[in-house]
Amino acid sequence: MPISKLADLYGREGLSPGHSACQGCGATIAVRQVLLAAEPPYIVVSPTGCLEVISTPYPFTAWRVPWVHVAFENAAAVASGIEAALNVLERKGIGRRHKVIVIGGDGGTFDIGLQALSGAFERGHNILYVCYDNEAYMNTGIQRSAATPPGSITTTTPAGKRERKKDIVSILVGHGSPYVATASPHLWKDLTNKVRKAQSIEGPTFLHIIAPCPRGWYFDPHLTIKLAKLAVETRIFPIYEVENGRYRINYLISRPRPVEDYLRLQNRFAHLLRPENAALLEEFKRWVEDRWSQLLKMAEAFPA
Amino acid sequence: MYSLASYRLMTGNEAVAFAVKQVDVDFISAYPITPQTIIVERLSEYVSSGELDAEFVPVESEHSALSACIGASLAGARVFTSTSSQGLALMHEVMYIASGMRCPIVMAVSNRALSAPLNIHGDHSDIMGSRDAGWVLIFCENPQEVYDYTIQAFRLAEHPEVLLPVAVNLDGFTVSHSSEPVAILEDEVVRAYLPRRERPRLEFEEPASFGVFALPTHYFEFKVEQEKALRKAGEVLEEVSAAYPNRSGRLLKLSKFNEDGRIAIICLGGTAGTVRHVVKKYGMKDFSLISLKLFSPFPSEELLDALKEAEGVVVMDRATSPGAPLPPLASNVAASLYEAGVRLPLMSVVYGLGGREPTLKMIVEMLEKSRERIGEGGPVVSRMYLGYGGG
Repeated sequence: MPISKLADLYGREGLSPGHSACQGCGATIAVRQVLLAAEPPYIVVSPTGCLEVISTPYPFTAWRVPWVHVAFENAAAVASGIEAALNVLERKGIGRRHKVIVIGGDGGTFDIGLQALSGAFERGHNILYVCYDNEAYMNTGIQRSAATPPGSITTTTPAGKRERKKDIVSILVGHGSPYVATASPHLWKDLTNKVRKAQSIEGPTFLHIIAPCPRGWYFDPHLTIKLAKLAVETRIFPIYEVENGRYRINYLISRPRPVEDYLRLQNRFAHLLRPENAALLEEFKRWVEDRWSQLLKMAEAFPA
Repeated sequence: MYSLASYRLMTGNEAVAFAVKQVDVDFISAYPITPQTIIVERLSEYVSSGELDAEFVPVESEHSALSACIGASLAGARVFTSTSSQGLALMHEVMYIASGMRCPIVMAVSNRALSAPLNIHGDHSDIMGSRDAGWVLIFCENPQEVYDYTIQAFRLAEHPEVLLPVAVNLDGFTVSHSSEPVAILEDEVVRAYLPRRERPRLEFEEPASFGVFALPTHYFEFKVEQEKALRKAGEVLEEVSAAYPNRSGRLLKLSKFNEDGRIAIICLGGTAGTVRHVVKKYGMKDFSLISLKLFSPFPSEELLDALKEAEGVVVMDRATSPGAPLPPLASNVAASLYEAGVRLPLMSVVYGLGGREPTLKMIVEMLEKSRERIGEGGPVVSRMYLGYGGG
């Protein structure tokens, strides 16, 4: 059943208030939406990262749902084990199946966790993997990841990152995943419906969520949702889904806002707007245009 | 009462797989590596044919294998994995987490040398590199022990006062690939020996958080409690082995041979068989043999008791600890002696690295050398590389 109003959500708040996330944390907003839509019973697996650290300082926990963290690079492997084990325990009558949801950051997904993620998707485990993408290693203090966009300042790219962002969606589509989608917390209906849709599909599914980070992107915490919206409306973060290799752009941005509207609110991009760095700004724009035009081509060639 | 089903001709690896089938594991995740691969192959066959009702998850690395085992264990499953050498080294990070999260996983390690240089043959470098990971470490001399100890390992791991992972070690090739008739128990006898026990698990209606982080205010207590549980495993082992139906297969902390010998040879794994044979064959009655089955928790008390009459000890390590005063087993033996205020002459022997198997001749050479060194006025600690061809 599609979600059209708040009452359609399941209503169990998975993450309780009182955790220690920064003000304006985009990741925790995304997690809240994911869990309100997720079908019970489920188990959450997290790799090491912001979400793990802000939610479980012993002897406290913010989780009202079963949750497990093992290490940084292996969340998808841990999820594989839980999913497969519950299958056999239910078969033997000594346990019951749960939905398994991994929620990890971009470091644990694009970089160090990619091998385990690839393995789990290739084996076809019935899991939903959610990546909250704040575009750098925020937990250790803002170092570049493969998800950091070009031009962005991080503590390990003090002059701005030279490389483009890894296309994680294409990587997982390439694994034959039946459902891979992107989402943004400012589009909560789209996000929650994608969670429900992903969970209704057998096999490994993936949701890539933009998660603005005030601390790491250097913006005022009240701008989190506005920045998520701007990322979508400038075509920097397209909202689309790929179902069995068929592309559907959920938010077709026919008249994009200028990327400068997005960049100027974040100090990580401040240098891109200086006249002497016009070439870097052009390179950023080329990246956005290349991705968008590639997406349009895919949607045309393989329409849903 | 128990009954032996029969004898089966099995290699060490096959004995592991057969025991794992009988204990009715729910979940196996492993990655192929020589010399352990046959364990994975046999278990895949058992699952595929339906002889074993379990999920076999063929992961993309050993790191993921042990990670998947932790997930499965926390979901409530009885879990098994196996590896060797580089695979164990790749698991190293996750081994500490498995014990820290108190997952009763059983792992067989077909011991093999570590790179570099690359070498697929037997020694104990792999497991000794992870000896501080907080696992119970068991060593087997032959396929019979591999079979019996694997079954007992599950009961020990799952005991509520232990809840720790257990590694069952078998020498690469010499034990893992050698066949011998193994006395096996009936399936029902094994099942009855290993009843299911409840423990905390991931469940939506009773939500709990596993794998939290602990600041300096609590971390220390976690680790000391874990160490206490590992020590407790030594006590629990006594009841676990006493309950094992096949009396002759009970897992003792150590076994002794020719107890009256004045010089005690202490070793781990299959080499004990060679030493025992040499002492018998050549009538070298002045030597006793202590074959340690339990390396961690280290059975100091039992060892000291076994050494009461000894005038000297020869400690055989199939691994080195570069830069340390002594290799791992010798270091543990020396520490145990020191604690008891015993100053016995100790000859530390490093042997068999990278599969250079100790021949009868080599063992005789070692025993004769020890007679010279463990005499009046010799050094308290002496060292020897047995079979080493360099200068």
